[in-house]
Amino acid sequence: MLKTLRQIGRIGIVTEPPPAPDESLRQLAAMAAEVRRILGRALCIRAVDAGSCNGCELEMHALNNAIYNLEGLGIRFVASPRHADMLLVTGPVARHMQLALRRTWEATPDPKWVVAIGECACTGGIFGESYASCGRVANLIPVDVAVPGCPPSPTQILSGILTAISG
Amino acid sequence: MMSFTRRYCESNPLAGAPGARAQTVAIEHWGSVLAEVAAGGGRLFALWAQTPPLSGALLHAAVIGDPGILLLSATLAEGVNRFPSAAEVFPAALRMERAIFDLHGLRSTVWDTRPWLRHTAWPEGYPLRDAQMPDAPTEPIADAYPFVAVDGDGVHEIAVGPVHAGIIEPGHFRFSVVGEKVLRLEEHLGYVHKGIERRFQELPALAGHRLAARVSGDSAVAYSWAYCQALEGCAGLTLPPRAAWLRALALELERIANHLGDLGALGNDAGFAFALSQFGRLKEGLLRRTAAALGQRYLLDFVVPGGTALDVTTNTLSTLAAAMPPLINEVQRLHDILEEHAGVRDRFNATGIVTPALALQLGLTGLAGRASAQAFDLRCDFPCVPYEQLQPEKMLQQGGDVAARVAVRFAELLESCQLVIAIATQLPAGAHRVEVSTPPPGSIGLGCIEGWRGPVLVALCIGADGQIARCHPHDPSWHNWPVLEHAVIGNIVADFPLINKSFNLSYSGHDL
Repeated sequence: MLKTLRQIGRIGIVTEPPPAPDESLRQLAAMAAEVRRILGRALCIRAVDAGSCNGCELEMHALNNAIYNLEGLGIRFVASPRHADMLLVTGPVARHMQLALRRTWEATPDPKWVVAIGECACTGGIFGESYASCGRVANLIPVDVAVPGCPPSPTQILSGILTAISG
Repeated sequence: MMSFTRRYCESNPLAGAPGARAQTVAIEHWGSVLAEVAAGGGRLFALWAQTPPLSGALLHAAVIGDPGILLLSATLAEGVNRFPSAAEVFPAALRMERAIFDLHGLRSTVWDTRPWLRHTAWPEGYPLRDAQMPDAPTEPIADAYPFVAVDGDGVHEIAVGPVHAGIIEPGHFRFSVVGEKVLRLEEHLGYVHKGIERRFQELPALAGHRLAARVSGDSAVAYSWAYCQALEGCAGLTLPPRAAWLRALALELERIANHLGDLGALGNDAGFAFALSQFGRLKEGLLRRTAAALGQRYLLDFVVPGGTALDVTTNTLSTLAAAMPPLINEVQRLHDILEEHAGVRDRFNATGIVTPALALQLGLTGLAGRASAQAFDLRCDFPCVPYEQLQPEKMLQQGGDVAARVAVRFAELLESCQLVIAIATQLPAGAHRVEVSTPPPGSIGLGCIEGWRGPVLVALCIGADGQIARCHPHDPSWHNWPVLEHAVIGNIVADFPLINKSFNLSYSGHDL
């Protein structure tokens, strides 16, 4: 126990300041200021991997580390879409995930945001559209903000999230 | 009957991975040859098919054992779409054979004929056989997979997924439980099947490495290296030494990053959030140093045909190497804390056990295999440059529980830090990249690289005009997913996330 406490004290706080929102990532018009004001302070996110290579998931995990400290901004990942205000969707949408993605989106209460994370979610990426892939997320559900990159860095993902809830 | 060793010695050399050879066998001997391989201590590395549009179908099995890696191929006669199952000899073959039917329309003689990778997205057609696939249904159809039902007093089912509660890839787990105890787990995968193998066939061979890196993003270096090893073998290219050493540097950084992430997540799953925040901090530091030295946090575009996308400067390399001793110290400090934490030990020890005997029987491979005394590591067994010089150790444990898989990760992580230092001090001078010419049509190569999760295989066959005729990327998860079902039996449901994480298998790499 002493070693654990000593380690916590030794390392101290390593959190860095968050990035600024980036209007160039926005796909749909910003939501009403009142909604942003309320949800922006305690935002709940549900992550949906709709067919990614798992690269984007690695960087989404990083958002929770002490350096980006997502929870310190009042934003957290939740276990159910019913608790969520925002979906972070990765991957080209695999046809086998088409139904699960739609159901997840429908289970998320309005008002809600969808942020597409990564090249594949934005454009279909290297996998494109095929017998097994529906391509980009916007082919299936409305996307508010799209964050390109393969994978996008945690800072870019955070900037995308903050873009959605600012403006 | 011939022995595996003798068969290997009589086979033909194969381009690509060190120790790889090839032999054609008659389809009627398929079962007996595989049985002979198993009797000689050989293991199944991968099983896949090839259906060229103009000729009969081909069945391929890569097997691996003491003598080396052997690619066995058999041709099915025109119009024949049945082949003998290998599942009785190698249990892991079962799902691979089901996938072969889904993709090629070739049915093995195995008893389980349920679809595996095919759910409802393509009701008709076989994507690796048919030139044209019918249009997908306009409205998605719900899948009704016939799970095996468990009868008995008080037995009930828990259905989990495909969308999971954390930031994880999608898959479905069906638990049959009594109270909190798991009687049976049945996995249903294939949700992230996105047509990778068919997509390969639309690409020129010299461009396939980018897709290979994205088979499973957490193993991007292993896959892109394995792909390039196969391609360069086909092209008859000898890699410049510096390029091979730089790839090894990238591969070890990928191993360190993933092990750091897993160790934090495992501590967290045992209720010790301290581990997640501490290892998360170390991982972030490593990723930033990786980006400073090699241009990317995750090295998805570092390995390219003929070498690496970038060279390192002496400065960035020494900075990277200088970061290793402090990292080793930090990891050792956290190791001691986890080791002394009674609550963590209680959760890790004797949880999710795979005994060495079961591991051997089911073919558990890679990191999880080594935690159950399966002493295999491609870097040691069939080393490519520079591993014959670096001589990494096989990190073994006997326990086969979560604690053993944690211990293997710690040992490999610390060793990989030492390997990074060794590579930085011994990196040969010269070119980091050379031109690769398009390989001749019909050439076949095999790439085999020990990724952080286990051995990754890429089989490549070149077609006309330098296009890819067939590329099969094979993840160790194919072998380990079925073993996870066994590891969970008798444990409590609440320990499943911990056990699952201790394997940390790839969905994308398996679903393709």
